[in-house]
Amino acid sequence: MSGLTGTSTLLRLAARRDRWLIPLSALALTALSVGSAQATIALYQDADSAMAELGPVLSAPSTMAMYGPATTTNLHGLSIFKTLLMGAVFVGLLAYAIVRRHTRIEEEEGRLELLGSGVVGRQAPLTAAVLLATIATVGTSLLSTVGLIAIGFPALGSLCFGIAWTIVGLTMTGVTAVAAQLTTSARGAAGWAIGALGVLYVLRAMGDSATTDSGRRLSWVSPFGWASQVFPYGQNRWWLIGPALLLTVALVGAAYWLLEHRDLGAGLLPSRKGRAMASRSLLSAPGLAWRLTRGGFFGWLVGFVVLAAAIGGLVAQVSQMLGNDAVQEMLAQMAGVPVGELLSSMAAVYAATMLRFLTVAAAAAGITIVLRLASEERSGRTEEVLATGTSRTSWYAAFTGLAFAVTLVLIAAFAAVVGARGHASLDAAPTVAQMLEGTVKATPAAWVCVGVAALFVGLSPRLGPWAWGVLGLAFVLGEFGPTMRLPQWLIDVSPFAHATVYPFGTWHWGTITALTAIAVALWVAGWFAHQRRDLG
Amino acid sequence: MTTPVIETVGLTKTFGSTKALDGLDLTVEAGQVHGFLGPNGAGKSTTLRILLGLLRATSGEARLFGRDPWTDAVELHRQLAYVPGDVTLWPNLTGGEIIDLLGHLRGGLNPTRRAALLEAFELDPRKKGRSYSKGNRQKVALVAALASDAPLLLLDEPTAGLDPLMERVFQDELVRVRDQGRTVLLSSHILSEVEKACSVVSIVRAGRVVERGTLTELRHLSDTHVVATFADGRVEEAHLHPEQVAAWVASLGPGVTNLTATPPTLEELFLARYSSPVASEEGATS
Repeated sequence: MSGLTGTSTLLRLAARRDRWLIPLSALALTALSVGSAQATIALYQDADSAMAELGPVLSAPSTMAMYGPATTTNLHGLSIFKTLLMGAVFVGLLAYAIVRRHTRIEEEEGRLELLGSGVVGRQAPLTAAVLLATIATVGTSLLSTVGLIAIGFPALGSLCFGIAWTIVGLTMTGVTAVAAQLTTSARGAAGWAIGALGVLYVLRAMGDSATTDSGRRLSWVSPFGWASQVFPYGQNRWWLIGPALLLTVALVGAAYWLLEHRDLGAGLLPSRKGRAMASRSLLSAPGLAWRLTRGGFFGWLVGFVVLAAAIGGLVAQVSQMLGNDAVQEMLAQMAGVPVGELLSSMAAVYAATMLRFLTVAAAAAGITIVLRLASEERSGRTEEVLATGTSRTSWYAAFTGLAFAVTLVLIAAFAAVVGARGHASLDAAPTVAQMLEGTVKATPAAWVCVGVAALFVGLSPRLGPWAWGVLGLAFVLGEFGPTMRLPQWLIDVSPFAHATVYPFGTWHWGTITALTAIAVALWVAGWFAHQRRDLG
Repeated sequence: MTTPVIETVGLTKTFGSTKALDGLDLTVEAGQVHGFLGPNGAGKSTTLRILLGLLRATSGEARLFGRDPWTDAVELHRQLAYVPGDVTLWPNLTGGEIIDLLGHLRGGLNPTRRAALLEAFELDPRKKGRSYSKGNRQKVALVAALASDAPLLLLDEPTAGLDPLMERVFQDELVRVRDQGRTVLLSSHILSEVEKACSVVSIVRAGRVVERGTLTELRHLSDTHVVATFADGRVEEAHLHPEQVAAWVASLGPGVTNLTATPPTLEELFLARYSSPVASEEGATS
């Protein structure tokens, strides 16, 4: 087929450009899964002692929402419980990054046109991108499988662990392939693909923490649900790769169809004409920064609010998780607290856990805005703006300031909606005021990550993307550090390890102040570097 | 004597191990339309970026209106308009919005001029940045710069991508700007546009100015091409320094039926300056 001419050349070119990204990601994810598995195994003598300690945590709805159902209660199953889905998310993000990078970004920058004029078939770039993402997904999953076998885990279960990761990686490959055809910009493609990832994860989270059988069925709508249902080292449902393969083939097929029906550089929706004159609100550096990022912000905001509404509903169902009144009475007596207090602490822990989790996502939203500074500089547009009466300070402050504000607004919006929805249906659930207290406690940790991004971009636009690495590391250390039995000082490096939301009413002002001060110091250091270096 | 609008003395700039500027001396007096000529990679854009305070000179001195372009960047930028060599636009803003944005960030632009320029350049301001062609992107930046009343224009290869008709529109605008007494530094490797509008030319090569002067002065530096045709069909020609022409003609003897003396075009001047090898030429960036 002539449409595929040049695919192997493009594949080698893409592999050459990603020769660091793919192996490093594969190694890091393998280290995460194998390291955390080994640490868990070393800690407990047998499954019973592990369950005695972990049981209550594993059956909590917040745990199921984040990590999936803990059905496999043997030691091997427990030891990969936390990394199964979280790792799968990272594999999905890797596949997404590869496909987007070699399709829509290439097209937007005009490089695809340069290639397309050579002996390269129309389908070749998409095919090369999909192949490379598939190779990266399967390679990463296999490496983890081999690693787990190497530390003495059963082979079939280890293979199933890899299959769970592959399910998500392949699906995200297909999703991104479609997203890259739908819009005219790489940013738009990112919005669609990441939005889809979020929705699929939330569908699974709602299904897994639902209290009714019909509610639980929701998990099966999402590939994340399939991945969580593989149950490595337990039921070993390897065949769940089947539906994932079918879905991927369907998605990639749809992407080819879309590709066939659009022009190079165009999306499905033609871009319309706009205003001949600028509105007054655009005519300043902050106005421009807001204009360039507001679309993304509203996307994030809608996502956060919808998710918050869903989680608020789950918070209110905590009482049902604990069975009927008699059971609740008994549990409360065992814990030595009144029933109301037991319920409220369960609901509060759940809401607080979700808030902490979403804080990481809000930090990611902030980082994307800071990184706009880097992409503006690389494209040469910073030069055009700074050749006017705009100072470096106002340009830097416009984007970074907006990033800090957006991070705070997203966390606050999430918290307020969870509080409003949850407390409306369950008196014991945290109130809006309590959730906003949680916002104050959690936001500084996200700000530290945004501050790191600001420092990186201040130093050099090329350093900017490394902020993602720092965010990922902070998340992994804070979230998996204890599971992996890492030394406390290392865990403490992560700002998220210090963002203690629960219990409500207890304030650690020292921590809040310190994290905020660090964020400000990073911002100032970035500003200082940005003042002094060459631009453009 | 008044302060020159632009003055650089011994300007150098290195990027790592590559030397982009190597002791560049440039002086642009008020009211001059100054041609800044050189091949790709000679250091023209680097010079402009230093004058804009975007890059910091490694050594040497740069002055804009007698002030330091690095420390006084913002105040200086209110007095100048800049058109980069490679214009990139925000893909989701319209051309009209970008013109207004850049104009207002500089301190305002003249709405009548804006409308007139849009018409002259035949530019649709309602299209999104991503859908403009290269030439039209260039026009957006040109309209934004020319609609300002800035006393100094820094133009980096502004006609790259314009078709010949639009190039003429640009030439007319340049003449208008000159007649208003504004100062222009026009970087280019297209000689014809410099020849028409510029009073003074600096030729830059491998990071330093190798020739500077009015066009007449520069022509004087280079050889004149003289051809003599004799009655018997014999042809004699020579490339001579202008001062030697008379002596050569006198030496021809009788029988000359036709005599032409062609002063060098800027094109020839340019080629003569560039074809001779210069040390440390490689590695210079634009």
